[in-house]
Amino acid sequence: MDRFDLAIVGAGPAGMSAAQEAAGHGLRVVLLDEQARAGGQIYRDVDRVARLRGDILGADYTNGARLTAGLRHDAIHHVTAAVVWAIEEGFRLCYTKDGRGAQVAADRVLLATGALERPMPLPGWTLPGVMTAGAGQIMLKQSGVLARRAVLVGSGPLLYLIAAQMVRAGTPPLAMVETQTLADRVRAMRHLGGALRGWRYMLKGVKMLAEIARARVPRHIGATGIAIEGEGRAEALRFTRRGRAHRIACDTVFLHHGVVPNTQAARSLGVTHRWRAGQSCFAPVLDDWGSTDVPGLFIAGDGAGIGGAKAAEIAGRLAVLGLAAQAGRLTEAERDRHAAPLRVALARDLAARPFLDAAFPPFAEALSPADDTVICRCEEVTAGSIRGHARLGCLGPNQAKAFGRAGMGPCQGRYCGLTVTALLAEASGRSPDDTGYYRIRPPLKPVTLGELAAMEGSATETAEKETAT
Amino acid sequence: MKPVSPFLELEEGPRVSVTFDGATLDLPEGANLAAAMLAAGVDVFRHTPVSGAPRAPYCMMGACFDCLVEIEGVVRQACMVAVKGGMDIRKPHGGDDGPV
Repeated sequence: MDRFDLAIVGAGPAGMSAAQEAAGHGLRVVLLDEQARAGGQIYRDVDRVARLRGDILGADYTNGARLTAGLRHDAIHHVTAAVVWAIEEGFRLCYTKDGRGAQVAADRVLLATGALERPMPLPGWTLPGVMTAGAGQIMLKQSGVLARRAVLVGSGPLLYLIAAQMVRAGTPPLAMVETQTLADRVRAMRHLGGALRGWRYMLKGVKMLAEIARARVPRHIGATGIAIEGEGRAEALRFTRRGRAHRIACDTVFLHHGVVPNTQAARSLGVTHRWRAGQSCFAPVLDDWGSTDVPGLFIAGDGAGIGGAKAAEIAGRLAVLGLAAQAGRLTEAERDRHAAPLRVALARDLAARPFLDAAFPPFAEALSPADDTVICRCEEVTAGSIRGHARLGCLGPNQAKAFGRAGMGPCQGRYCGLTVTALLAEASGRSPDDTGYYRIRPPLKPVTLGELAAMEGSATETAEKETAT
Repeated sequence: MKPVSPFLELEEGPRVSVTFDGATLDLPEGANLAAAMLAAGVDVFRHTPVSGAPRAPYCMMGACFDCLVEIEGVVRQACMVAVKGGMDIRKPHGGDDGPV
């Protein structure tokens, strides 16, 4: 089994910048990523796509090629299409590639597993034709595939970005149905002073809104009572605004009300997580260098708390400075000297975040869905069932699995975990921290017996070699 | 005949034939299988084992498992697979058999 100084999981902005920084300090790095090409979701396929569709996707996307270029380094071993399904302390990482299991060992691990879309359980959200807004963007980036008649639903900057990109690509969305309210805007205003230090983000927002307005995309702000209608697939979106009922016939519905840290791998290692009220999600507890309470394990990027691509890139470098110093490759003074300008840049980049979090909060109805709405897509468990479990004495998400299989499907609670915690917390009057979250166990992704049998350096193989020598 | 798709493809490229539940689809070679099937007009990828409800890709990044299909006997996430000519793709668990 190959041994590295550092194993990084995820080749998005945090993972790529961390790999480059680590190689620069003389560390041997293995970078494991599920996709065939580097970039993560934000810079998905940027090396191949920038020349094809860079004008549609914009400079914030094409700039990602700077990070992928940094991976071409002798000390960086980038394993593409590698699905990591177990990380054992010590560290041993098990992954699947090309239908075979494989393992690597590393002294330290950096998780750069990024974000997932916040679950948005609404009536009809499991129908074919309903996707996340991120999915719409991934299809545009990687495949050049665009929805002809789509409605964008929810709140947040990503909705404006994908709307603007659809406008540039010549198929604007039919409408934007936005869930944030005027009251949210007013509440956000107290963060405006700080946000103006992050003026680049605010300016980008103004430009995107102007593009959307020029294309005459209707915007319905403060929508409630949102439901997707259809027999066998999405056919229309219903909602209410200012007491008036609306119905928009469409083929595709893109849902989005924020992204949340993808904490599956960190939770499988027992990292302590706490509820972050301002972002309505759990995030790992970290020190200033991204170090967790598991020795040698670091987390950077959106998996550590939502900050966006630029912040993730900086955090990846900071984490490597921290772990390189821990490994004795840098003195603390050198570490701090390298970190100082990064910390200034990070603070500037994060300045607009409190404003954005307040202006575009999650959609209240999707945080506490109606009883008959499915919340666990895999096992088709409804919000009413979870409330029923609570009445029977179910206190936490792990018990909810036993009561009714929520979170037991192949996605392992990735798209219902936060909803289950919220519903149980609401029913018991306890905090999300006290209610807790699913215990995540390996395999993090399904692995077949065939893949295990074909594992290189498996326990039996190693034993045979040892016997032979 | 190619059904009308709710999706539009921006680029043309070499295409290959695959079968989905016995029907032939011409998909861009090397493309993301889930996106290519959606663009080819496939709207239902599988039916759930619990209620038999229809499902199709939701997240396109390997997290939701709603795009599961069976390829040459192995159940896989279509959004994590590249199109190859001759692929024999089916709905998992025998397709339309309903609840299992």
